[in-house]
Amino acid sequence: PCPALTPLPSAPLQDIRNTVGNIPMEWYQDFPHIGYNLEGKRIYKPIRNKDELDMFLEKMENPDYWRTVQDKMTGADIKLTDEQVDLVHRLQKGQFGDVHFNPYEPAVDFFTHEVMIHPVTNRPADKRSFIPSLIEKEKVSKLVHAIKMGWIKPRKPKDDTPTYYDLWAHEDPNSILGRHKMHVPAPKMKLPGHEESYNPPPEYLLSEEEKLAWEQQEPAERKLNFVPQQYRCLRAVPAYSRFIHERFERCLDLYLCPRQRKMRVNVDPEDLIPKLPKPRDLQPFPTTQALVYRGHTSLVRCLSISPSGQWLVSGSDDCTVRFWEVCTARCMKTLPVGGVVKSVAWNPNPTICLVAICVEQSVLLVNPCLGDKLLYGATDQLLESYVAPEEERVQPVQWVMATMEEHSKGVRLVIQHSKAVKQVTWHGKGDYFASVVSDNSNMQVLIHQTSKRWSQNPFRKSKGLVQCVLFHPIRPYFFVATQRYVRVYNLLKQELTKKLMTNCKWVSSMAIHPGGDNIICGSYDSKLAWFDLDLSTRPYQLLRACGVTLGGTPGRLEGGSQSPALTCLLHHSDLLQNPLLVPVKVLKGHVLTLDLGVLDVLFHPTQPWVFSSGADGTVRLYT
Amino acid sequence: MGGLEKKKYERGSATNYITRNRARKKLQLSLPDFRRLCILKGIYPHEPKHKKKVNKGSTAARTFYLLKDIKFLLHEPIVNKFREYKVFVRKLRKAYGKSEWSTVDRLKNNKPTYKLDHIVKERYPTFVDALRDLDDALSMCFLFSTFPRTGKCHVQTIQLCRRLAMEFLNYIIASRSLRKVFLSIKGIYYQAEVLGQPVTWITPYTFAHDHPTDVDYRVMATFTEFYTTLLGFVNFRLYHSLNLLYPPKIDGQADVELKPAEGKEYAMDSESYLEKLSALSASLARVVAPTHEDEVEMDEFPVEGETAEQMDARKKEQDALEKHKKLFEGLRFFLNREVPREPLAFIIRCFGGQVSWDKSLCIGATYDVSNPSITHQIVDRPRVEQQVVGRYYLQPQWVFDSVNAKLCLPVADYFPGVLLPPHLSPFVTEQEGDYVPPEKLKLLAMQRGENPDEESEEEDEEEEDDNDKEEEEEEEEEDESEKEEEMKLKKMEEQKTQSNKALPVKVTAGKLRLEDRQRLEQEQQSEEKRLAIMMMKKREKYLYKKIMFGKKRKVREANKLAAKRKAHDTAVKEEKKKSKKARRA
Repeated sequence: PCPALTPLPSAPLQDIRNTVGNIPMEWYQDFPHIGYNLEGKRIYKPIRNKDELDMFLEKMENPDYWRTVQDKMTGADIKLTDEQVDLVHRLQKGQFGDVHFNPYEPAVDFFTHEVMIHPVTNRPADKRSFIPSLIEKEKVSKLVHAIKMGWIKPRKPKDDTPTYYDLWAHEDPNSILGRHKMHVPAPKMKLPGHEESYNPPPEYLLSEEEKLAWEQQEPAERKLNFVPQQYRCLRAVPAYSRFIHERFERCLDLYLCPRQRKMRVNVDPEDLIPKLPKPRDLQPFPTTQALVYRGHTSLVRCLSISPSGQWLVSGSDDCTVRFWEVCTARCMKTLPVGGVVKSVAWNPNPTICLVAICVEQSVLLVNPCLGDKLLYGATDQLLESYVAPEEERVQPVQWVMATMEEHSKGVRLVIQHSKAVKQVTWHGKGDYFASVVSDNSNMQVLIHQTSKRWSQNPFRKSKGLVQCVLFHPIRPYFFVATQRYVRVYNLLKQELTKKLMTNCKWVSSMAIHPGGDNIICGSYDSKLAWFDLDLSTRPYQLLRACGVTLGGTPGRLEGGSQSPALTCLLHHSDLLQNPLLVPVKVLKGHVLTLDLGVLDVLFHPTQPWVFSSGADGTVRLYT
Repeated sequence: MGGLEKKKYERGSATNYITRNRARKKLQLSLPDFRRLCILKGIYPHEPKHKKKVNKGSTAARTFYLLKDIKFLLHEPIVNKFREYKVFVRKLRKAYGKSEWSTVDRLKNNKPTYKLDHIVKERYPTFVDALRDLDDALSMCFLFSTFPRTGKCHVQTIQLCRRLAMEFLNYIIASRSLRKVFLSIKGIYYQAEVLGQPVTWITPYTFAHDHPTDVDYRVMATFTEFYTTLLGFVNFRLYHSLNLLYPPKIDGQADVELKPAEGKEYAMDSESYLEKLSALSASLARVVAPTHEDEVEMDEFPVEGETAEQMDARKKEQDALEKHKKLFEGLRFFLNREVPREPLAFIIRCFGGQVSWDKSLCIGATYDVSNPSITHQIVDRPRVEQQVVGRYYLQPQWVFDSVNAKLCLPVADYFPGVLLPPHLSPFVTEQEGDYVPPEKLKLLAMQRGENPDEESEEEDEEEEDDNDKEEEEEEEEEDESEKEEEMKLKKMEEQKTQSNKALPVKVTAGKLRLEDRQRLEQEQQSEEKRLAIMMMKKREKYLYKKIMFGKKRKVREANKLAAKRKAHDTAVKEEKKKSKKARRA
């Protein structure tokens, strides 16, 4: 069978001509025909009822399938001839459609490059080619003018010095500019440590939580600006992403960062510790706890010792006053007073056996009836020998004789104040004593005379809340400590002699050296101010102790007390040497109760012993 | 009272300083120009001692320059050049706008340029000053020389940086002054000793840069401008100090060797010059032909006040240095293509070794892989096929570690595929009390001439034995403690029965308390110290506490590291044991 005829079986039957012209063929898309013939009959499109299987079979069987295309104008299939296929191939290759066209024909110049004797054109020359150009003239004159005026500079001669030469050939180390003296050279970049290695020892790698902490830190706060990492081999090491950043930051540091010369402190810390005399050379001082005086059931607020050093009196919050024998720790006597005892003071005169006790609004003068019978008998006689003066004088307080019941207990006189009394202190002679009343008026400090049963108010005006008062041991001076200052009054001249600035916030206690030259003030803000009365009104030395209160002065020793423990401060006053405060020993013993430790400290008058009373209801003796 | 009223802030430190804005106004410069000027001239802000006084009572944050510095800038000729350049740019723009191309040409021909020579001389009056400040210059040049030739900065700058850096490396090779190298995760650190000055620089690993956007490249370019000038002059001087030609020329003999044998020219001489230079494999030409007799032994002049011991120590040190310089002398290396060629070639050549690489990798290869004289081949692959007998196959870390250790380390730890020992920083010198990694201790012992390897292995084994024993002992102890408890119970029972019989009061035998003399003394001393600290002045106490805190922190850190290491070691050991048991079973 003829293969050419098989694809178009209906071709000879139908008139396949395009009668519609060059119109968009979509218009006939939905119709079975395209255009009409001369008789006005429809010209039908060739029937296309082939499904995909037929198409495939045709593709397989028809050898001319590849050169068959559909004519859109008529809808008929056309087989391309060999020439047509050739043309398509040439166009696809980008060649010319015409087979015979030669694109590389030799070029023929219209004008020859050789100079000929005849002109190309016969046109006479323009006039403008004979006369000089005005425009050019203008331009040249402009340039000339510009050159004259120096606006255009001639080309500079090439600089023929080499780029690099021996710059420091004639270096003179002495020619350093003055500016270089102020020069602060930039510190060099820190050299890398083991942790920066690409293969660091395992201990330098960060653990999980360290890594997390590193990530949460501010970049400026980080100790390392990278996370240490370990790679098995050099090949595995990647580029460091922040390399350019780090270089840039270094640049910024070099030109933006303010520089300052800082002196590096290069001291041995051991040199900073002051050289103090060895405590061993300063003996004797108490070192061990020797006795514990038990008996009180509440905190022991105050202590006092008899001038002979045989008896000790302690006042407590359990409303009793107890008298102890120092050497045996026996409680000789218990005196219930019916109120919290704020302060006790034993008369410093060895011939008088009398104790002043502050209980609420009154001061009790108690004869403890201890020791030499002659002595305490004499004291009773002294008190009873009082003869009331004829005319009653107006007194700020009331002196009341003790009742019989009280008398049997030892109480001799009761001095009733208008307000609560917080401190009582004796004069060295043992006749006068002073009491401090918690009040805001000028009635805060009162001075009493025992023999005349006479009280007076030394101050006309209040100078602040009085914390404590003190008599000078030898001379007629009177110390009044308010919150910030210590005022020193001369009792004879009745005037203010000195005002000591303690530099503390709130003075709590005050003690004086038996020589009378040195004063120590303790404060609630844990400071210790030491004044030398011969010198300035400012502290000679200010110590930070953890202590709160301070007490005791006899001998060479002065004491400072701390809340949980007890410190002894040695007052080393050598005539040849400047006086020096040396901490000598920390004495421990008291138990912390109610956040309070030691409440009062006291030195023995003749021995290097220290008593301390604490909130745990005990009194302890250190020897 | 006569006299004028003294006004505040008209004398003293307030007049010595000037704020940045006022300085800028005084110099009549824009902020970028001022910045450029400061960078080039090395002017930096100063932190005044009393900031409030200088700031006229205000506490606002301001940067201050020394007034003298700014006055000094006033007379700087470069300031005028900046202005000229500004004018030039304006004229050029105008000419472009008017399309006056001849004007554009003329302007471009007369482009104002400036030189930084005088600034270099002024900032570094002596050559040693310049050497001291070379660290940043080198690091910057090495960074810039790795930049791509696209847009970030001028191509000329990059090429210049590359050239200068290569010249410097060649100088280091010629003078053999490299001392320490360190592979960090940031890059490779090198430290050389140039004329007695330590010079440290860092080069990045050879990868394409991920250019950050928050970096001002103009600032970096300005720095580089100055640094290239400085480095050029330094190179010139350094080359001349060694009698080498500058710009460097490759030695004639080596040059001939470098020429490809096939006769096909690789490139023009002028083009391949830099590549040949950066191959780092050829020696450089000298002004005067080197004669070996030149190397006269240095005469020794005894310094006054120096004892014989010190002299000996100095001599020993010098000998060690000489030995270090000739570390790789006589060794022939071959670099595989996966190994970073430039740093390794540089290091090996610095210590006298010969080095080559595959011909296709880079110009300048002198011998082939198959060369039988090769002693070491540097390889960075897990395993090597076709090993040649008679040479060591080593990982690159061996070269670095050997240089730092100043001796050729045993090769066994560095074979391909072997777990490498940690790479330690040579820049750390441990003080007393600092944490020293055990590897470093081992290394120190090796430098002293001991051989710690065998001992430690033996110890390990012994330790293992000990551990076994200890475990047994522990068990025994447990038994004992149980026994003791039983005894105690028995005793208590006995006591109970006794107390029932006897009176409630009893006297127990006192125990003899042994006093430890030393401990007592120590306690006493520590208490004395504590009391003395109480008496310190406030300022001194603050300082003392700070110092002590620092010391304690150091100790804490060292302890932490040691504990971490111990934990790691035990973990590793247990793993080993487990695997051993598994193998046995």
